[in-house]
Order: sequence, then C-alpha cells, then structure tokens
Amino acid sequence: MSDDWPLFEVFIRARSGLEHKHVGSLHAADARMAIEHARDVYTRRQEGVSIWVVRSSEIAASDPEEADALFEPARDKVYRHPTFYAIPDEVKNL
Amino acid sequence: MYTQALDSPTPAVRPESAGQPALERRFEERIERDEKIEPKDWMPEAYRQTLIRQISQHAHSEIVGMLPEGNWITRAPSLRRKAVLIAKVQDEGGHGMYLYSAAETLGIARAELLEQLLDGRAKYSSIFNYPTLTWADVGAIGWLVDGAAIMNQIPICRCSYGPYARAMVRICKEESFHQRQGFEIMLALARGTPQQRAMAQDALERWWWPSIMMFGPSDASSKHTAQSMRWRIKRFTNDELRQRFVDVTVPQAEFLGLTIPDPALHWDEAAQHYLTGPIDWSEFKAVLQGNGPCNEERIQARRKAHEEGRWVRDAAAAHAAKHGRVRA
Repeated sequence: MSDDWPLFEVFIRARSGLEHKHVGSLHAADARMAIEHARDVYTRRQEGVSIWVVRSSEIAASDPEEADALFEPARDKVYRHPTFYAIPDEVKNL
Repeated sequence: MYTQALDSPTPAVRPESAGQPALERRFEERIERDEKIEPKDWMPEAYRQTLIRQISQHAHSEIVGMLPEGNWITRAPSLRRKAVLIAKVQDEGGHGMYLYSAAETLGIARAELLEQLLDGRAKYSSIFNYPTLTWADVGAIGWLVDGAAIMNQIPICRCSYGPYARAMVRICKEESFHQRQGFEIMLALARGTPQQRAMAQDALERWWWPSIMMFGPSDASSKHTAQSMRWRIKRFTNDELRQRFVDVTVPQAEFLGLTIPDPALHWDEAAQHYLTGPIDWSEFKAVLQGNGPCNEERIQARRKAHEEGRWVRDAAAAHAAKHGRVRA
C-alpha cells in the first residue's frame, strides 16, 4: 500500500434508523476505493448497513488545549436537566 | 448531525426516470417493515414534499417560539428564573437548527426555508401568535405548550424518516426540563399571594384553548393525517394526542388548584377520559391565516433580526474568503 494514498475517516450505520458513527480510518486512492476497503476492514461481521467516508484532511477539529474553555462552562448549568426542578410526587406525567 | 447532499462516488441514474411502480412498491414494503428511510433512498415525491413541509414548519415553530418567551428574559423575577429562561430559549433555537438540518437532507436549501418563513409563505405553530402578557405566561407556556409539544413529538421519534426521527430523539431528551420549569413557575404562583394566584389563573385561561388547538384540526377535517399515518410519519391522529394531553393535564391543573376555562369539561366514566367542550376552530383558522394577535409582530421581528444580522453574515463570509483555507 502506498503512503501517497490519502487518509479517509470511516463512518458506519450499524442498523436501520441509527446514525453513522465513526469507526476508524484507512488509506485509499479515492472515495470509491475507500468505501470498498471500509466494507472489507470494518463490516466483515455485519457491523453495518451503510458506509460514509470522508477525507481526513477535510475534518476540522477543536483544539484539545481549549477543551476547558469550550466545555467547562456547561458544568454549572445544572438547570438544563429536568431533575433540577422539584415537582411534588402527587403530580404525574411531568 | 446530518450531512446534506451526500456525494455518491458514481452518480446513480435519477430513480424517478425508471421503474417507478417497482420502486414505489419497495418503498411501501420498507415502510411496512418499519425500516427507516434515509436521505439517499428512493422516496415518492409526495413523501419528500410532505416531510419538507412538516419538518420546516416544525423548525419555524421552534425559531418563532423563541419570541414570546424571550420577551420576559429581561424581566424574569430572579436571577435563577432568568438563567433558566435563557437556557430554555437557547434550547428552542438549537431545536430549530436540528430540524432545519433534517429538512435540508431532503434537498431543500436552508436559505429557501428561511425565505419561505420571512415572506409569509411558510406556516408555524399557531400558538406563538399569542402574546405573553405576564410572567405567569412563561409558566403556562412551559407547562401547557411544551407539554403539548412533547405529547406530539414523542411519537415522531419513531417516524419513518431517519434524520427527522433522530432529531426528535435529541429534542425530546432536551425538552423534558422545559415542561418541569414551567410547572414549577405555576406552582410557585399558585402557592403565592392572591394576586399571584390570579395571575396563574389568568394565564391558564388564555393559554388553555390555544394549547388544545396545537394538536391541529380534528381528525374529521385534517387533510394530511391519513396519508401521513400510512407513511408512518405520524403514529397517532390529532384527536388521539389531544385526548392524551387533556387526560394528563387536567389532574395537574387540579393539583395547582386552578380552573380550566371549559365549563363542559368532565370525567367520562364510560370512556375513561376527560371530555372537553367544543373547540372553537374558527379562532384556530383565523390565527393560522394571519389574523392572530401577534402574527404581524412575530414575522416583523424575524425579518428585523434577519436584516440586522446581515452585516455579520457578510463579514464572516468576507473573512473566510480572505483568510479561510477550508480545503487543503
């Protein structure tokens, strides 16, 4: 296998109704080959019903160094969760 | 998360051009087996159009729905209530975004959907054309309007179109705090001073019937129900969902010690349901046709936001063109 082949990220839909999930990556000359390889590499045991591939270089990712700044502010917003609200036990279906 | 306009490595022949009856039959069989239809699957044009209409109306409702509640952010009675209300309105915006994305998987552009909303062609839930006159309205909206929305949305989590169903799962999960915060507000008012109780009662009186009407026209006069149920976009009829809502909400109102503004409302022992008096559909139609108390105001607010945000969109595009190397 040539290192010149670009890297593709592979997403598999496990079964009807579910979203595609990232499962890994592989090298291929083009998208068609990437799908064929993904089928062989990632779905040998019926792991999927649909494959997406995307050039890894096309993916923009958040900076791990900035994780705190990005995600920490959600931590004290407990009121976004239903359990934050005290509803008397007698009240049903809420 | 949905990807629009997926590229196939080798473009397939547009399926509409050949083998239509066979494709139609296969589609029906898949629906019958409760399989999900996905963006790249063949689907009848009417199914596609029905979904575009329904999902985009749903998205518009979320976005327009930010306005009546947003009205009270600056006047929330405490910092806690304010933080909660901001979080809720923010969620509604997010829900609109999930839904626009789901609609876009059907081959319509976001810009086109927004244009339909802003020029008045698109509809959105009639409930958001009513004003929020007091703080109690924020409670009543959470309790009743979000309660009705949840009742409507939970079955859509099982709808036949994959992207819509998945968006709904996410929305329903996030929605669960909305109703509880609303009920909490109502409870605080109901247990408060006589003036606060009166405020809660007044809000219930104004929001009850519009909430009941949120489920749409009665089954007898609903244009779309039968086909949507065959396609498993809808799982229950408008009247079935409305009845469920009434059944769970009446005891909640009793707990609050508030009176539902319907003298005919009663428990029917034989039916095992609370039965309501007749619904004034002329009001529903009038509001839907643009003659509600706030139709004009809502669309004006959306247009204003769109216009005033233009320079931001232009600046972002200019910046991306100058510096952005999106592609390697």
